[in-house]
Amino acid sequence: MNNRLALRIAIFGGFAVVLFVVLFFRLWLLQVIDGEKYLAEAKNNRTRSYRVSAPRGEIFDRNGKVLVANRTSLALQVNPRKLPADPVRRRAELARLAELTHSTPRHLRHRMHEELKLAPAAPVTLRSDVSHYLVYYLQENQDRFPGVEVQTVFVRDYPDGTLAAHILGNVGEISEDQLKERQYRGLLPGDKIGQDGVEYTYDRYLRGKPGLTRVQVDALGEPTPNGRLVSKPPAPGDSLKLSIDGKVQEAGEVAMAERGLPGGFITMDVHTGEILGLGSFPTFEPATFTRPLTQKQVDEFIRNPAAPLTDRAIAGLYPTGSTFKPITAIAALESGKLQLSEVIEDTGQLVVGGQPFKNAGEAANGSVNLVSALEVSSDVFFYTLGLRMWDTGELQHWGHKLGIGRPTGIDLPGSEEGLLPSKHWRDQLYKEGGTDRPWSEGDNVQLATGQGDLQTNPLQMAVAYATLANGGTVVTPHVGLQIDDPAGRVLKEFDPKPRRHVRIDPEYRAAIMEGLHDAAQNGGGTSFDVFGSFPIPVAGKTGTAQRPPHLDQSWYGILAPYPNPRIVTFVTMEEGGFGAESAAPAAKKILEAYFAGRLAKEASSKGGEG
Amino acid sequence: MYATRARQARPEPFAVHPGIAERLGLPYMDGTLAFSAAALAVVSVFVLARATLHDVPGDPYYYADRQGLYAALGIVGMYLLTRVDYSRFRELRVGIYTFLCVSISLVFVFGFAARGSRRSFELPFFSFQPSELGKLLLVLALAGFVIDGARNGSDWQRTVRYLCLGLAPAALVFLQPDLGTALVFGAITLAVMYVGGVRWTHFAVIGAALVAVTAIVLVLAPAVGTPVLKGYQAQRLTSFLNPSADPSDAGYQQNQAKIAIGSGEKTGRGDRATQTRLDFVPERHTDFIFAVIGERYGFMGAAFVLSLYALLIWRALRIVTLSKNSYGTLVAGGIAAMLLFQVFVNVGMNLGIMPITGIPLPLMSYGGSSVLATFLAIGVLQSIHMQARLSQRGRFAW
Repeated sequence: MNNRLALRIAIFGGFAVVLFVVLFFRLWLLQVIDGEKYLAEAKNNRTRSYRVSAPRGEIFDRNGKVLVANRTSLALQVNPRKLPADPVRRRAELARLAELTHSTPRHLRHRMHEELKLAPAAPVTLRSDVSHYLVYYLQENQDRFPGVEVQTVFVRDYPDGTLAAHILGNVGEISEDQLKERQYRGLLPGDKIGQDGVEYTYDRYLRGKPGLTRVQVDALGEPTPNGRLVSKPPAPGDSLKLSIDGKVQEAGEVAMAERGLPGGFITMDVHTGEILGLGSFPTFEPATFTRPLTQKQVDEFIRNPAAPLTDRAIAGLYPTGSTFKPITAIAALESGKLQLSEVIEDTGQLVVGGQPFKNAGEAANGSVNLVSALEVSSDVFFYTLGLRMWDTGELQHWGHKLGIGRPTGIDLPGSEEGLLPSKHWRDQLYKEGGTDRPWSEGDNVQLATGQGDLQTNPLQMAVAYATLANGGTVVTPHVGLQIDDPAGRVLKEFDPKPRRHVRIDPEYRAAIMEGLHDAAQNGGGTSFDVFGSFPIPVAGKTGTAQRPPHLDQSWYGILAPYPNPRIVTFVTMEEGGFGAESAAPAAKKILEAYFAGRLAKEASSKGGEG
Repeated sequence: MYATRARQARPEPFAVHPGIAERLGLPYMDGTLAFSAAALAVVSVFVLARATLHDVPGDPYYYADRQGLYAALGIVGMYLLTRVDYSRFRELRVGIYTFLCVSISLVFVFGFAARGSRRSFELPFFSFQPSELGKLLLVLALAGFVIDGARNGSDWQRTVRYLCLGLAPAALVFLQPDLGTALVFGAITLAVMYVGGVRWTHFAVIGAALVAVTAIVLVLAPAVGTPVLKGYQAQRLTSFLNPSADPSDAGYQQNQAKIAIGSGEKTGRGDRATQTRLDFVPERHTDFIFAVIGERYGFMGAAFVLSLYALLIWRALRIVTLSKNSYGTLVAGGIAAMLLFQVFVNVGMNLGIMPITGIPLPLMSYGGSSVLATFLAIGVLQSIHMQARLSQRGRFAW
């Protein structure tokens, strides 16, 4: 062997030594230096956590009647790792599954892809609330559907169908945008949250905490035998008690449905703001939302001109007609534009700026004071007040104070702020070219009788009437009453502070209340036909709002019992005509439900006399 | 210097009554080489028995039994080759080379397709992968060609000729496709040329060309839309550079193997191993068997196995220096390089410092073709050793 070859072999050997040194060093680094870190990673690797969904809290009415409960339902899940590996068979199975679940293979694939990105190896829920027939079918044909599993999950149950649908709202899967919100921190895709109504507002109490089961798994995500490690049971959500009175609520909904016109109603405690009943017609089945909506259902909800999902009691935007007059009266009295004893001559019309404003039905009521003007609903009387305050802003100031055209603070999503037209508003709009003329006397004359550009809803009107009734406290309307934990202990009581206090002279209040009482229960009153024979003294005001191109909208606001009311009820019905025609009878049914006990007692005592 | 010391240690040259060991040729064999190879085979069977208990339902020792059988056959083959004068292979170089190319080519026709590539023949009791034996055949043939070439043509002509002869079968293997074995063929070719005395400047040019080809294959060709490597191949080759980039794809296996080895710490996790027991590490009985050793037996076990390989390769390199003729030197050099390359690339892959190429760990990875071929290669080394010893004694094998 020559020297050159020896050198080459030596270099070869040196190279081999270097390579082995590298291997030994790397081995030592991995096992001795970083061993602990890798051991931890390995331990973490072999376990997989499964979330066990928690049942949501139940929702009760104020008397403990169940409004929303839970029931178990069967959910169809697919374990993507157990699907056939062969693409053709896989596609065929997905196609069969899509057909069974009324979906498309494309949609299924997309869904699986989305969920797998976030929770690899976890089963993907394809469809919840599947029928037993489908489950039986799948079990009998298991060999044709490898990887498909059926799991029991909780879904919302509504024992009374549509009752309080708009208040309760619905529960749905958390959306991608919602996942980014702070209040939903820690939730994962596929988790259910309240999407509307009190389910939304009180979601953090109702939601509960999902449990966790840790299972030792192999690389395919398959649990290994005896591999169950730790399991944290799910914590059910707390239950919510609403201020809603099931009977009042039901009476309101039945009354609305009997008339069959779109509209809304609200019944509220005038002192606390607790809402006893609140509803909208047409309504919907909240149970529809427990399973994923089909495109057809979504289209129906969106295209339906009657907008069943809209809560007209809090999101409706209408002029109110004469039910606005008490507010005009307070404004005029408090700003000194009207004396209690003042008499105004009602000739049947008032000409303002060359344009005649007439009474409804072209009646002429002669000499009227505040009380009789309210009783007969003299428009000319209130036109005159509107004219006196046309550019002073006093009517707007008082309307605003009483909560018209501003947020009420209600604990339901989707309420509308509305609009209290003012000189500032219209002049601004005119400047921007949004209307053809600036503010004029006619605008305020219209507003004084609840016509024109005014946009409000039963909720705001109820708050305004409640303020009049309770002597000046603007309450915060609310439906949430208290939170109980699953064991029944009270965790939290909701008693929101009043929004503000308004100083109303008790004499003025008494006069207006008297006028409203006469309107309902004095011979010439506008709603005497409805409430004349009602055994409990009440104070109520009709309203007939002009809403071209629609027919007149029927309104009724009522405080009961007179003279120291406990509740206020407001009802409105689109195209219901004169206030006493549609809205007042519905309000009467609500009051009959609320005073059912007292009415029964009076009826029996009368019967005893006879 | 070895020769002097060895001669004193050996029995009398002309013993009147040779003993049974003498008749079997045992004193002329490299005992350390045989020991390290056999020890590795034993470790392999032992590890397979522990690690693949539940892999084949109803047959807990499926892999261990078979690996043991292959090793036994391999040891017999090794011994038989020991008694053959390796110089015969030089005379048969053209025949060997032809057989090599034909057997690899036949796979394309009769081959058994597994996971998208045809690499082996399906025989009645086992599947034979010609490219494994081909590594040894290439060493034997190429070394012969290099000896021939020393006498004719210019330096450059010779270099190009060797390269072509070595890379032709490598290309065939690459097309199967089996990137790992093709790389081993390439390494063998370069090693034989290196020991054969090809100039340093030529290696510099070859090195530059390699860099250029790598750049073209991995960067340029995919960019212009005519990829040479299959997507998974390119991914495997590059993923070790950033293993945590996507633990669910190419880097996943490597990451899991790394975690497995690391989690073994100093003394190993034994039957409490999870990474390699619960399928987190794929191919645990073949390409990733070193991860099994690392996790189960820790640094002590893995370092022990690495030491056995170091011993094996040291003995192979020692035989390079002992050989009585140039052919033996070239063959031993080729075999040493073959072993070193495979051990480094496979263990490096397990440790996360080399790309995933599908190269088995010699004598350790489960697989009849690989175990047999490796033992046969060691048999050739033993033959070179024996011929060297015998020539020192002035005697030849019968």
